[in-house]
Amino acid sequence: MNRRKLLQLLSKGVAAGAFVKLSPGLAQGKIPQGATETMKVLGATLREYGERSEFEKDVIRYISPNLRSRHTGADFSPLEKLEGIITPSSLHFERHHGGVPNVNPADYRLVIHGMVERPLMFTLQDLKRFPSVTRTYFIECAGNGQNGYRNPPDMTLTATRSRGLVSNSSWTGVPLSILLKEAGLKEGARWLIPEGQDAAAYTRSLPLEKALDDVLVAYAQNGEAIRPEQGYPVRLVVPGWEGSIQVKWLRRIQVTDTPVMSKDETSEYTDVMADGKIHAFTWVMDPESIITYPSGLQQIQRGFHEIRGLAWSGHGRIRRVEISLDGGKTWKRANLEPAPDALSVVRFKYNWVWDGKETVIMSRAWDEKGNTQPTQEEFFAKWARNNRYHYNAIQAWRIGADGKVVNGDKTLAGAPERLGAVGRGGCGGES
Amino acid sequence: MRRKWFYLALSALALSALVLAQGRYQIGTPLNEKEVQEWNIRPSILANGVGLPPGQGTVDEGAKVYAVHCAGCHGSTGEGGAFTRLVSEPFPITKDTDSVDFAIGNYWPYATTLFDYTRRAMPFATPGILSNDEVYAVVAYILYQNGVIDGNEPMNAQTLPKVQMPARALLELDPSTQKRFPWIKLP
Ligand code: HEC
Repeated sequence: MNRRKLLQLLSKGVAAGAFVKLSPGLAQGKIPQGATETMKVLGATLREYGERSEFEKDVIRYISPNLRSRHTGADFSPLEKLEGIITPSSLHFERHHGGVPNVNPADYRLVIHGMVERPLMFTLQDLKRFPSVTRTYFIECAGNGQNGYRNPPDMTLTATRSRGLVSNSSWTGVPLSILLKEAGLKEGARWLIPEGQDAAAYTRSLPLEKALDDVLVAYAQNGEAIRPEQGYPVRLVVPGWEGSIQVKWLRRIQVTDTPVMSKDETSEYTDVMADGKIHAFTWVMDPESIITYPSGLQQIQRGFHEIRGLAWSGHGRIRRVEISLDGGKTWKRANLEPAPDALSVVRFKYNWVWDGKETVIMSRAWDEKGNTQPTQEEFFAKWARNNRYHYNAIQAWRIGADGKVVNGDKTLAGAPERLGAVGRGGCGGES
Repeated sequence: MRRKWFYLALSALALSALVLAQGRYQIGTPLNEKEVQEWNIRPSILANGVGLPPGQGTVDEGAKVYAVHCAGCHGSTGEGGAFTRLVSEPFPITKDTDSVDFAIGNYWPYATTLFDYTRRAMPFATPGILSNDEVYAVVAYILYQNGVIDGNEPMNAQTLPKVQMPARALLELDPSTQKRFPWIKLP
């Protein structure tokens, strides 16, 4: 429903009653007892580092209770409890392979070596002396959406567990191209092998072209030092590409002419396709969107709702997001806010008056290259059902006549039963 | 007064032109090869074997290393442990194989990766404690358990890169990646 239609409805008085229902306290003329108490006493004093309200303590990352280790595996950003487009650093999703190292910045060094004219070592202070760049980019784990591989679908799914392995931050750092120029690339250099300072000494292969294009050696996240879970003090930010290539706790970059084929680009982060082939180097994150309100396990009432959600694409800007209120039969354009930035999350919104009838709502994102999200059937025509990554099919939410919202994905006829993320660890896994 | 500022600005410009000669900022400390090696404590092993150190190990030696350092987490024979199974069937995987059954013999495309990863990151809680000989040995044992090698020759810098992994036949470069980077070839 667009704004004009809504206003028409409101003037007819259809939705006006619903607005009242949204604030029952006022409707009944009751003012809560405690509401004026804070005006009679002094509040808390100044403090050096801010904390959120004690009443917000349940806004936390989701950690599966089934994990066998909390040193590897992933936890999810609580998408349906957040607003706007920036993920608070403390709620950014996590994915580690050997725990979070405690790196002392005084001991921190980054070494660039291999096929370079001058192997160089940088301190953190050195990195900060270079010209800096600040950009807002999403980081998404390739395993985001892994619950979509489950068949039949998980009826306890929330927006968090559906797509919470994405987060969006303002990153500040030095372009990697500047550092590579400083070291001087040798003829024949094609690849970089970045290495982390964690217990997994995590490595991947990154083609030089991407590094010279837009990769950042980042030292700040949302205005302050990067959080330890996100790579303190220095990480790679590889815009639009799967999170696992954005090496955290970056300590070494080896310039080579071949890729390393490390464990995390062969055993993990490769994709099994419907034809049984395994695809390597599936780097770019295809477009995705998720309705965060109303979403799984929430309960709504009749009347006005601003449908809200998040959309992003590793191919560039989000061009438009569409909403379906009838299970995918018809689609309407949602408002985007703010004006979409390339490779950043955008918030979408849609004004809706729910009439109390059971329905299925969906969102689908389109990016500037014309890519969009597949249906479940379209997705599985391309990817194998036992694949673990890059699930980006449309997520549906079913709203029952009682207002309860549950996973609206379909059981796929003829497809084998699968547990999806349940029963396995790793990226997006829940065991 | 104005003029003074002008000249000051001009000399600052000249200075930055000097510093930025060849587009460089002259920040960072040059290292020699020995210093690089000191920093590079877990050197990467490339798929063609470049980076493999001297040393070697047999399946029998590997069985002992495995029992002491790995079995507790990965199961006494490479399966049935609390963590990732290292041995599984079928060889190689199919699109119907449950992904919990993806393991070394049926999913890993390169044998060199097993050396690189084991020396880099295992044992999980105490990475870096194995000698190169022990890593070669445990790699030999895991490949043998997976039915990939017959165990007649030890694993070393010459033999390991020659080991053919069954899943290599399934691996191909993502077509959209190939389109964007036409020069990429998988090893
Ligand atoms: C304390 C438990 C523990 C011990 C001991 C241990 N591992 Fe692991 N291993 C793990 C965990 C956990 C992972 C998954 C790491 C990740 O998430 O990246 C793993 C992953 C692996 C993998 C990758 C498997 C795959 O298919 O992706 C290999 C290979 C491996 N271990 C070999 C070994 C070897 C060889 C040893 C003995 C030298 C060993 N591990 C000892 C816990 C352990």
